[in-house]
Amino acid sequence: MKRVKTLLLVATLVLSMVVCAACSKDSGGSSDKGGSSNTGTTNSTNTSNSKIKIGVVNNPPSESGYREANVKDMETVFSEANGYDLKTFYSQKNDDQLQAAQGFITEGVDYLLVSAAETTGWDDVLKNAKEAGVKVFIFDRMLNVDESLYEAAVVSDMAIEGDTAVKWLLDQNLPVYNVIHIQGAMGSDAQIGRTGALDAQFASGKMNKVVQQTATWDEAEAKKIVESVINSKADFNVIYAENDGMAKGAVAALDENGITHGVDGKVIVMGFDCNRWALRELLAGKWNYDGQCSPFQAQVISDIIQGKRTVTDKIIYSVEKGFDAKTLTQSDIDTYGLGD
Amino acid sequence: MKKSFKNIFSNGLGQLTIPIIAIIILVVFNLFRDPSFFSIEITQNNEGNNVFSGNLISIINGASELAILAMGMTLVTAACGGQDISVGAAAAIAGSAFVKVLKAGETISGGRVILAFLFACIVAMCFGAFNGTLVAVFKIQPMIATLILYTCGRSIAYWINGGATPTFSSSIVTAIGGFIPGVPIPTPVLIVLAVAVIFKLVFHFTSLELLTQSVGINGSAARLNGINSTLIKLLSFIILGLCVATAGCIGVSRLGLINHETLLVDIEMDTILAVAIGGNNLGGGKFKVGGSIIGAYVIQTLTITLYAMKVSSTDVKAYKAIVIILLVVIGSPVVKARFGKFMTKLRAKKTNACVKGAE
Amino acid sequence: MDGKVLLTMRHIKKEFPGVLALNNVDFTLRKGEIHALMGENGAGKSTLIKILTGVYQMDDGEVTIDDNKVFIHSPQDAQNSGISTVYQEITLCPNLTVAENMYIGREDSAWIRRREYERRADEILTKLEIPARSTQQLGRCSLAIQQMVAIARAVDMKCKVLILDEPTSSLDDKEVNMLFKLMRDLKAQGVGIIFVTHFLEQVYEVSDRITVLRNGELVGEYRTEELPQVQLVSKMIGKDLDELSSLKENTDSEKEEGEVFYEASTLSSTQTHPFNFKIRKGEVNGFTGLLGSGRSESVRAIFGADRITGGIVHIKGKPAKITKPIDAMKHGIGYLAEDRKRDGIIAELSVRENIILALQVMNGFFKPISRSESEAFADEYIKVLQIKTANRETPVGSLSGGNQQKVILARWLLTHPDYLILDEPTRGIDVGTKLEIQKLVLKLAEEGVSVTFISSEVEEMLRTCSRLIVMRDRHIVGELKGDDLNQAEVMKTIAGGKA
Repeated sequence: MKRVKTLLLVATLVLSMVVCAACSKDSGGSSDKGGSSNTGTTNSTNTSNSKIKIGVVNNPPSESGYREANVKDMETVFSEANGYDLKTFYSQKNDDQLQAAQGFITEGVDYLLVSAAETTGWDDVLKNAKEAGVKVFIFDRMLNVDESLYEAAVVSDMAIEGDTAVKWLLDQNLPVYNVIHIQGAMGSDAQIGRTGALDAQFASGKMNKVVQQTATWDEAEAKKIVESVINSKADFNVIYAENDGMAKGAVAALDENGITHGVDGKVIVMGFDCNRWALRELLAGKWNYDGQCSPFQAQVISDIIQGKRTVTDKIIYSVEKGFDAKTLTQSDIDTYGLGD
Repeated sequence: MKKSFKNIFSNGLGQLTIPIIAIIILVVFNLFRDPSFFSIEITQNNEGNNVFSGNLISIINGASELAILAMGMTLVTAACGGQDISVGAAAAIAGSAFVKVLKAGETISGGRVILAFLFACIVAMCFGAFNGTLVAVFKIQPMIATLILYTCGRSIAYWINGGATPTFSSSIVTAIGGFIPGVPIPTPVLIVLAVAVIFKLVFHFTSLELLTQSVGINGSAARLNGINSTLIKLLSFIILGLCVATAGCIGVSRLGLINHETLLVDIEMDTILAVAIGGNNLGGGKFKVGGSIIGAYVIQTLTITLYAMKVSSTDVKAYKAIVIILLVVIGSPVVKARFGKFMTKLRAKKTNACVKGAE
Repeated sequence: MDGKVLLTMRHIKKEFPGVLALNNVDFTLRKGEIHALMGENGAGKSTLIKILTGVYQMDDGEVTIDDNKVFIHSPQDAQNSGISTVYQEITLCPNLTVAENMYIGREDSAWIRRREYERRADEILTKLEIPARSTQQLGRCSLAIQQMVAIARAVDMKCKVLILDEPTSSLDDKEVNMLFKLMRDLKAQGVGIIFVTHFLEQVYEVSDRITVLRNGELVGEYRTEELPQVQLVSKMIGKDLDELSSLKENTDSEKEEGEVFYEASTLSSTQTHPFNFKIRKGEVNGFTGLLGSGRSESVRAIFGADRITGGIVHIKGKPAKITKPIDAMKHGIGYLAEDRKRDGIIAELSVRENIILALQVMNGFFKPISRSESEAFADEYIKVLQIKTANRETPVGSLSGGNQQKVILARWLLTHPDYLILDEPTRGIDVGTKLEIQKLVLKLAEEGVSVTFISSEVEEMLRTCSRLIVMRDRHIVGELKGDDLNQAEVMKTIAGGKA
């Protein structure tokens, strides 16, 4: 019995270590990385005098597939091979991000790249950066700061994504548009942007709103919403889901109820984010449209840093693509798809 | 016959009174609102099977994960007098483990699915044992102990997934989350049934029920009667682990996708609620698994009703809260006592009237 | 010395599901009298008290105080009518001071400053000669003092009727005397005291009148000096008491040469010093000593209830390892714990489930006792032990104390133990049940079961045990048998006069 107990205790300890390790991978890990960037200076100074020092403050890759691609993109473009010395800090907490940014400034990076958790509170840190001669780029999300405090902002405009998608939908020239609109977490940038264009259509009367519900990015919730519409026998021919996961949930509901969808189907399925698996659904003709939210901002920034591109307007919007199942190719998937 | 009816009348259905009344009210309300609300149709799904569909199917199908988790949670609640708030996160881990094994090979064969499920079970049981050890051996409050996994569980799932939201497609897995060819009832519903039967069998062939209740009601007395309460508590968490794995795998199979952030998100609170609506004392002790299952269906009926009424899903939570407040208040000891008194008075009057009538 | 009538209760009726707890009961309390309320467990004493204190509502009847009809619907009503209660279990807050406890939750207390009520508390403590200071933390006072503080609180609320529910059950003799003095003082001040107790001697020591209830009905009201003790007991249990004195007649047969069932040498737990102990087959012995002398701790060590730190145990001559209760149970040992509520009953479970619990645990996890089997067991023991319960599915917590005790006894009897340890099985139990339990012990012994019996009432132990182990300060200080088994010798040994 005693031995069993001891074993149990050991098991608990081991488990808790695993758990802690896993935890630190997410939020705690950010401090790890922040720490290594502090101690790393001495190491890197002798080797990288010629290299351009970059400090990136970003959200953690675990946040979403989008963020993961975004983080990966930064790491590939600002690699040592390309002549960069990259330091990163990931956290979903604005305060931690602010501290890390200040750390990078003190450390003396050449460029500070920020995708902030919150849009406010960054004035002081960016002013410090300016005084210290650190050039700031904002990427992915816009910050609520004075234009003089940064070199350029390479950001996504979610409203453009929405417009592109709705324009595509109008181009389909359906006799009637009965739309199930599945929204993301209310109040998020993506939701507001992707909802706006469609709301305008509902308002103008060109499209009919069968139902407009938020599933807070939850696939299962999206399925339930579509199921309830099917059960109510309401007629619909478009599903506009604000991300790929929710589109997948919606499609699951269609499949179970024997409603065809996709290129030759009764219902048009639209998603966003361009996950590779989602694009494959497009390629197979099961979905019709996937809107991109480009996570690839590093190249633009790199071009500016290296003088290959001049800044005319300080706010640079990423080019957002929209993929049509009919024109999508495998190479598009390889180039633009996120994840695996 | 008359006597038994009278018994029910005076003592109620005991613990099950509130959940049964709740579900009856919901059903009546829906029938009143839309007489065809519960009509079931046979449609051919995109796989070519004839299957049942309709709101009723949506309800019992959609509540499957919740019902399974509620069964396990009932045991933990009874034995430990507290709840596991990490079931959602643990289900995400189990789901990730399931997908990890599924995707490890070239093709997804039946054997691999079974292997994947067993692996998910083992993983979930380990995490259950972890929670259980903290609660039973280290005597940490269940909510505090499971807060650890609640906080970092989804990160662990993310880590298992290797970052992305892996997807897969396999007719076998689709059959688990949807319909088995030739069977018109959704498979998750059948799984709930199977789990319920397993619970029933376990209670029949072991003394788990009595021992769990004893530990939950009076730990000190249980110990002096030779019960190893540590083991019972640990066991309850491990059984919950199995439920978590089952629920996680169903959730994953429905969509053919594992999203560590959204898989069974916020389900822990619904689970605890289902246990509470089921008339189980959240402080531990006597329990009825059946009550928790009904509780799960009550919650799901409520959700589907609100969706059918086109209540915005942001408002759904508020409406749910109102109904739940009502249920919990009606089920509270104070209201029960008042009602009991009222019934006694009513009966006294009736007998008086009878006596007078006889005279 | 008949005082003015203070309180009357007329035709009180109270029904619980399946049980008529009180039927047409009258009760009268006069000014400045101590009135003992007597009856077996389940006779309706507690119900009557609870109606008077507003915990229960009566179904029928009326209550008057000073000739005015009163309606008591809540404890607050009771307080306002001048009725105060001091319960067996202290219901004050141990982590507050004496003064705080005296003024907490009282309508007038919110407006009094701390100093002021500490002064008033001290005043009243002095007046009642209670040896406590107002600023002391209540939890640090002895139980007796705590009880007296509770009484002082009641007195300060200008109560006319003071109910003392088993106030002496956890007090030693000296403390009891202190309490009695306080009661007499209050009586002299004109307070009417209702005294509920199981100790007959105490009734005769302080009370003026006795009201006897039986099975929810009034047996009668008597002046104490006119009712001999034997008659009181026979009125309480409703039969003559010839048996009471002749209990042990047949037990004096010496069990000296029988087979030793259990033997421990230098057994110790975290709660005891090492001790030696043995018991023969069919022997009844007992541990005696004052509260805290280590008698309960010793039997807990035998049963493996506390952590065992050393010692060698032989059962039927073979070495045995008992480190936790299940070990002891597997060796045929049963243990009825001292604290019934905390360590005995599983209150919310039914009588049936409580009865089969120990047997079920011994049978093992994978061999559940079937429903029909368990029902048969329950019915059998409900009958054999005459457990008063609506039915076998009634939650055991709703039974009276004596019947709860019988349920736990049934639980252990069902395991057919070779050795049964009974720690205070008769505490807080009415005379009739006490007698039944004593008889049962002797019957078991006759059947070859060894029994260790612990009771605070020495007399009870003398009646049942053939050997007494006397403890003081956690050490065994003597062992008495044969002719030495008499009250005087026991007292001497406990007090340490024998050395």
